[in-house]
Amino acid sequence: MNTLETKAIEVTDLTVAYQEKPVLWDVDLDVPPGVLLAIVGPNGAGKTTLIKAILGLVRPAAGRVLIYEKPYPAQRRIVGYVPQRGSVDWDFPTNVLDVVMMGRYGNLGWIRRPGKAERELAMNALEKVGMQAYAERQISQLSGGQQQRVFLARALVQDATVYFMDEPFQGVDATTERAIVALLQELRANGKTVVVVHHDLQTVTDYFDWVMLLNIHRIASGPVEETFTSDNLRQTYGGRVAFMKN
Amino acid sequence: MKTLIPFNYTLIVVAIGSALLGIISGALGTYAVLRRQSLLGDAISHAALPGIAIAFLLTGSKTPLILVLGAALAGWLGTLLILSIIKLTRIKYDSALALVLSTFFGCGLVLHTLIQRTGNANQAGLDTFLFGQAASLLERDVLTMGILGGIALLIMSLFWKELKLLVFDEAFATSIGLPVRALDILLTSLLTVAIVLGLQAVGAVLMSAMLVAPAVAARQWTDRLAHMVLLAALFGAIAGVSGTVISSSASRIPTGPTIVLCATVIVGFSIALAPNRGLVWHWVRQRKNKARMQRHGKTTFTAQEKLAERLATDRKLLESPQREGDLEA
Amino acid sequence: MAIHQLEIQLIAIVVAVACALPGVFLVLRRMTLMSDAISHAILPGIVLAFFLTESLSSPLLILAAAGTGVLTVLVVELLQRTKLVKADAAIGLTFPALFSIGVILISRFAGNVHLDMDAVLLGELAYAHLNRLEVFGINLGPVSLYVMGTILVLNLTFILLFYKELKVATFDASLAASLGFAPALIHYGLMTLVSITTVGAFDAVGSILVVALIAGPPATAYLITDSLARMLILSAILGSVNAVSGYWLAHLFDVSIAGAIATTTLLMFGIIFLGVPERGVIAIARRRHRQKLEFAQTMLVIHLLNHEGLPEAAQESQVSHLQEHLRWEGQFAAQIVRYALENRCVSQANGQLALTARGRGIAQEALVQ
Repeated sequence: MNTLETKAIEVTDLTVAYQEKPVLWDVDLDVPPGVLLAIVGPNGAGKTTLIKAILGLVRPAAGRVLIYEKPYPAQRRIVGYVPQRGSVDWDFPTNVLDVVMMGRYGNLGWIRRPGKAERELAMNALEKVGMQAYAERQISQLSGGQQQRVFLARALVQDATVYFMDEPFQGVDATTERAIVALLQELRANGKTVVVVHHDLQTVTDYFDWVMLLNIHRIASGPVEETFTSDNLRQTYGGRVAFMKN
Repeated sequence: MKTLIPFNYTLIVVAIGSALLGIISGALGTYAVLRRQSLLGDAISHAALPGIAIAFLLTGSKTPLILVLGAALAGWLGTLLILSIIKLTRIKYDSALALVLSTFFGCGLVLHTLIQRTGNANQAGLDTFLFGQAASLLERDVLTMGILGGIALLIMSLFWKELKLLVFDEAFATSIGLPVRALDILLTSLLTVAIVLGLQAVGAVLMSAMLVAPAVAARQWTDRLAHMVLLAALFGAIAGVSGTVISSSASRIPTGPTIVLCATVIVGFSIALAPNRGLVWHWVRQRKNKARMQRHGKTTFTAQEKLAERLATDRKLLESPQREGDLEA
Repeated sequence: MAIHQLEIQLIAIVVAVACALPGVFLVLRRMTLMSDAISHAILPGIVLAFFLTESLSSPLLILAAAGTGVLTVLVVELLQRTKLVKADAAIGLTFPALFSIGVILISRFAGNVHLDMDAVLLGELAYAHLNRLEVFGINLGPVSLYVMGTILVLNLTFILLFYKELKVATFDASLAASLGFAPALIHYGLMTLVSITTVGAFDAVGSILVVALIAGPPATAYLITDSLARMLILSAILGSVNAVSGYWLAHLFDVSIAGAIATTTLLMFGIIFLGVPERGVIAIARRRHRQKLEFAQTMLVIHLLNHEGLPEAAQESQVSHLQEHLRWEGQFAAQIVRYALENRCVSQANGQLALTARGRGIAQEALVQ
């Protein structure tokens, strides 16, 4: 942390609507560098949408997103992304190593093919997630937890400063969950910022040091011990939310 | 006639043309199959008819290049209409595709009868469009095919990793800054080129098979995209050549349908016998497992069997949520 | 209007309605492409039966072709069940193969019988009335009218009898199964109907354009109505209108009737697609514009409410600040402020916006918990 003022992520007045139906309303979020942030909220709270809007995958109706004080397109190289595991066809004809090397495509630029250097980076990343033995394995032969590890390895080779992960714990076994947590904590120890869409309220205090409570608009965000209060949780999950009538 | 099969110059030209077509459509069809757009080719090829008719009406020329341009344009327009219908209404992919395919073809038919009535063309034009006329391929046509197809394949290999990422994980591709819209358009354009080139040889009705069959067959033999594209091209070429040779060896066997049947035989062979995935091996494995289970009693599973079972359930879980635009059966 | 013109139009209407009714369920069940597959794949069935009967409208031919159609559905499903081939690819493999067999059979053996490919693929409605049904020397009208009439009655009966089952099986197959409705039976029943209808219709309109009759009117009706019953009726009406207007279009320009009907189907779809109230493209665009303004206005009042009474309020409520903060273009920001002022949601003084009671109400209502 060079200055206290620097923010890794700064979201201001972000509003997203699908077909004029609001999904996120006027959301503000400041994340300092080097924290492990969980975004929690009920189904349909806009957690995934928030990540997608930050990454420019959905176009916001209004608002601004800065990554280390610059808009996202200028900072692509320092951002890593782990999409939901179920968003791809795991029967696609490719192997583990190849998927992980896709994390280098952004740095490679057009037309250039991945080479030996990329291969090495990918193997290192696979070792970190405990999957080096599976490098040549066809991806359809992986279990859910292994698929998730492959996606994490792909994000690792992006060598990013800020990571966004969409439900990395979804449907993985206990071993993988522990491995992922260890990895996230290692990333934080190296000064990286990690934003995770998270479902399991039980584990928030154990795994994360920051939390954002979201239900279409931001309920609260900040350090877990201050923010993860029963009062805030009731506000996030309790009661029904009614928005614009049309 | 010295041999059973007369290897003359025309036959060689036609065989080379069919082989080229098989290579181009096999390679590019791989992407269509992987994106679950196997039937988009069918729509584009049918939608091309009004384009050909209008190109002819406007220019009065039967130059292949002009007709190809018209066909490509109409095929494109059809794809665009399909996409806007899905985007703007609740009509699903399959209905939009069927609607565009059949009604565009109908418009083409109207235009065609109009041309016929003015005495400008003969019925042969439409028959060629529907069924192709591989036997009529000239050296010039094969050259056009080779050049345009070569360019299409070159573009495909230049943007290899970008196209691969687009097909595998569009969200990730967007996040690292790839222009996915433009890549999507590029891929559909390449597909259109392959289809339009194939119209002359196998015709509109059967063109979709040339895109789908080699790719499906290739998928059974390999788990790598690069190998799949190469194998699909090879299978396409084999189907093209063998279909041409078979149809020339006897009278009154049309080339296009024979090529398609050859491709289908390759698919059947691959689905049955390809190592690992093939149905026969699957069946043999099942038999062995059953025998082993009976020997050990049902309670003791080997680690391998447990893994196999877990993989099977995982696969089921992955495949259970039907994708948008997928067909339910 | 000559009597044969009337007859042709009548045949066209009967064919269109007979196709549109099962088409509704195909469109709703996302299986429209199955009709494309069936209509092509029945060719070998037709050819083989034709070799036996030498007639295009014999019941045996219809049975053989319908059998091939159901066989196609079965093959496609078997292929899918191997998990080696995806649904769309399974269709794309099956029908060209069967169709190829049909084409080869025709060109190899049909040289001396009258069955040419154009008739199969394109049909010719203009000649459909020539084949007359004669009983004891009395001319009872065109055969195809009777054939298609029977098929229409069959379709109607099936749909009326199993309306409830079809409805449940279409919208919730697992519910249908739990209610004991045997969705598989309904599914194959429907596929048999589609096969029979396709065979009956290809004589008149050919196997490619029959898809237009099956998919077109139901897809168009789907844009207009939410109710299944209304969708069925509307599809029948739209199909008839397309058929008759297509006939006259063909008459006017002296072109293929079937092609012209497909063209009017496309035109009809286009008109409804663009113009239908509420769901048409034009209506959607208009509504989007209005909603965009209202939406932006709500955003503005919520923004003002969020910062009301806070130290930064003075800065956040500046008109010039909106551009930066809500990321609105200058013009758009001005438009929204004008819109909000007109609606008396905000008031403006010295370049600063303040919420009115009404505006605060709207903001709070939007944020109700």
